[in-house]
Amino acid sequence: MNRFAALLDRLGYEPRRNAKLRLLTDYFRHTPDPDRGYALAAMTGALMFKEAKPGLIRGLVEERTDPELFRMSYHYVGDLAETAALIWPAPGHESVAPASDDAPAIGHNNPPPHVPTLTEVIETLATTSKSDLPARVAEWMDALDETGRWALIKLITRELRVGVSARLAKTAVAQLGEIEPDEVELIWHGLEAPYEDLFAWVEGRGERPESGNPAPFRPSMLSHPLEDEDFAKLEASEFLAEWKWDGIRLQAAAGHGSDGRPVKRIYSRTGEDVSRAFPDLVEALDFEGAIDGELLIVREGRVQSFNVLQQRLNRKAVTPKLIAEFPAHLRVYDILFEGEEDLRALPFAERRKRLEALVARIGDPRIELSPMVPFATWEELAAARADPASVGAGPDADAIEGCMVKRANSPYLPGRPKGYWYKWKRDPYLVDAVMMYGQRGHGKRSSFYSDYTFGVWRDGPNGEELVPVGKAYHGFTDEELVKLDRYVRNHTVNRFGPVREVEYGRDRGLVLEVAFEGLQRSTRHKSGVAMRFPRISRIRWDKPAAEADRIETLEKILERGEKEVYPLQDKAAKRQKG
Amino acid sequence: MALRSTDILTQTPQGLYCPLGDFHIDPVRPVKRALITHGHSDHARSGHRSVLATRETLLIMAVRYGADFASSTQEAPLGESLRVGDVTVRFTPAGHVLGSAQIAIEAGGTRVVVSGDYKRAEDPTCLPYELVPCDVFITEATFGLPVFRHPDTRAEVRKLLDSAALFPERSHIVGAYALGKAQRVMALLREEGYDRPIYLHGAMERLTEFYKSEGIPLGETPKVVASERSKLAGAIVICPPSSIQDLWSRRFPDPVTCFASGWMRVRARARQKGVELPLVISDHSDWDDLCRTIRETGAGEVWVTHGQEDALVHWCTTHGIRARPLHMLGYGDEGETEEAPAPGAEAGDAA
Repeated sequence: MNRFAALLDRLGYEPRRNAKLRLLTDYFRHTPDPDRGYALAAMTGALMFKEAKPGLIRGLVEERTDPELFRMSYHYVGDLAETAALIWPAPGHESVAPASDDAPAIGHNNPPPHVPTLTEVIETLATTSKSDLPARVAEWMDALDETGRWALIKLITRELRVGVSARLAKTAVAQLGEIEPDEVELIWHGLEAPYEDLFAWVEGRGERPESGNPAPFRPSMLSHPLEDEDFAKLEASEFLAEWKWDGIRLQAAAGHGSDGRPVKRIYSRTGEDVSRAFPDLVEALDFEGAIDGELLIVREGRVQSFNVLQQRLNRKAVTPKLIAEFPAHLRVYDILFEGEEDLRALPFAERRKRLEALVARIGDPRIELSPMVPFATWEELAAARADPASVGAGPDADAIEGCMVKRANSPYLPGRPKGYWYKWKRDPYLVDAVMMYGQRGHGKRSSFYSDYTFGVWRDGPNGEELVPVGKAYHGFTDEELVKLDRYVRNHTVNRFGPVREVEYGRDRGLVLEVAFEGLQRSTRHKSGVAMRFPRISRIRWDKPAAEADRIETLEKILERGEKEVYPLQDKAAKRQKG
Repeated sequence: MALRSTDILTQTPQGLYCPLGDFHIDPVRPVKRALITHGHSDHARSGHRSVLATRETLLIMAVRYGADFASSTQEAPLGESLRVGDVTVRFTPAGHVLGSAQIAIEAGGTRVVVSGDYKRAEDPTCLPYELVPCDVFITEATFGLPVFRHPDTRAEVRKLLDSAALFPERSHIVGAYALGKAQRVMALLREEGYDRPIYLHGAMERLTEFYKSEGIPLGETPKVVASERSKLAGAIVICPPSSIQDLWSRRFPDPVTCFASGWMRVRARARQKGVELPLVISDHSDWDDLCRTIRETGAGEVWVTHGQEDALVHWCTTHGIRARPLHMLGYGDEGETEEAPAPGAEAGDAA
């Protein structure tokens, strides 16, 4: 447990992806089975046990500490798990016990408590009844040190949050051998903690484990952005185009298990099984094979904006009401497998025909083809991209964020191969805003003020004032970062920890041209709006702050898309009113 | 008849004052006669008329302020009783930094001990703390909350060495206070067998040389030359805490930001400073040692000078010991000791 705790502790502070990978790989290399496997399971969310509630931890601490000291400590530390881990009166630490308690100090004449392994903790959690849990947790807390206790609480309350995705953890395992992360992904769903067969395979000591998954994920093919200068090199007649949908990339796979029962799964672009979030879509997967497409919310035959889709995502409980309000559709554009037949080596144009035939056979409105965009020259495609409605996108035009341009003879290749698929995104929204705060970055940028909060003008009680509308930390070059950092340092008027407020006003301040993909209403922001993917597109050293944009510019963009988010509720509300 | 403790020691705007001996202890403003517990700049200031302190503390003050930091100085040999006015004073090791001492004041059968900053944990760079039984104990409470329990320093230093081994292409920049902490980290690294040069920020140089001249082996400690910063891949570099995140650290190859401080026990604190490898190494007593020390002195009355006074006063009160917070200002305000602003308050660049 101590080694796992040390890993979590270190990961929690490490901002760099590559450094995290190295820490993980180092841990997997030097930790024996089955501990490392359970650690992998913990980080990929694959552990099955009933989590402990924070109240259990609090109760245990309150039994053992002076309430006043606990209150002061919690107030100071600000995090319950951390406070509990630090204040826990391990045997010998009687100085936080309530003074009135005449009981002898716990464990004074007992042998030192046994430090549990991660495996012991997890195996015990799986079999311990709810009523026995507090005593078990207390025993472990007694045996562990501060970091160990912190990790234990994080683990058993399922609040690991150390900035490691399942994908990153699997990548680290793959790096133990010379194996591509996608190879691990392919067999992942047939594996179970503590993954001894997986480690044996990547370390060259064992056979490749059987996938055991009749509907496995296959690595997705990704595209490159299309730059203006690319067109001269690309022959339009060798390419086909589709709309680029502003949704979520998904892969749907279906097969049947050894018992003959159908197995249907939906995966994210990185291979995460998200089937549970989309039971309505899973139900529609009446085929065998694997298809690639975009998750969209479609109402009354019309694709909704990304804002609407977001209401369906990240919900813990998928209720019938949610499904009815936000019906999930899969708009497909490629096929990887049909039955057992691997189609990935076929040219894109061939696969497209197979896909069209398959979609027709499925015959479910929730699985539909992404239409092709006809064009003969790049100019024609540019016109279509600028105005999708003019070439048949109809009412779906709002959910289109550009075109996908694919070489007609392109095979389906994992990863982001060069020269086959391009994305040609619609131009982003632009707004001129004034820099208000600079914040220190992380990792390599920790000595730079690299995160900028910017605002636009609005009418305030005392005339025009700037209201913050977003924060951006990329879009600029390294040279520009040096200049922006210097600007922040030289124009600081206030310091708040890692944040500096800079000079701004009608007659002073730096204007930043901010590009973003969309807007949402937000109660967390003073301005009431939140930007999607904001980045600094240009630094307007030349532009006077007074000429930056006003909040009304953003309000207009917002009004376009938002009415449709809760139409059922709106209708219900209207009915009530009526 | 025993004197009242306030006859021996009172609080004045300059700091703690002994009326019977007519002297101040660690005054924050210039006074006629000052007794100094240790060389940190918030306790040892220049400009007093006469200063009584240990030999090492006097030398540290001379290194920092120049030889004329006071009109006259007198060395206080450890363990020896000296007559000052109508009281007897005795300096005893406090285990905080090189030369640090507690000051016991006795008059009329009552003994008051001003501990200054102290720690009970082992430190290869200074004499260990010695317990002085007393009637009134004046303690600090920098880490006076039960969440502060300092771990074994060797394990913390091994964390640093493990990281340096795992990331040999990156330099490890360790923020540490220039007096005491920096040298303790160096000594601990040497104890763990690290024999490569330990690079120093210019601000560390003079005090480190002083420690070496006092016979503390710290090995090879070259000063970082600006032009060579980019070549220090894999090196361990020690600098003042304010430099770990600033322009100075930028030229090092992909630095791992480390900070050696008791504050690193609290995650939010470490994150706020952008620290990637917190090292919980403190020159102050942790909660358990504060409580243990109070009990062991046998004092019936405790005054808490600075830090997290309230929790420690609460503990004393619930354990039948009279206690009061002094809320003394001026200590730890220079970032020289491990003072830090209240949580959530401005940390600033110079903290």
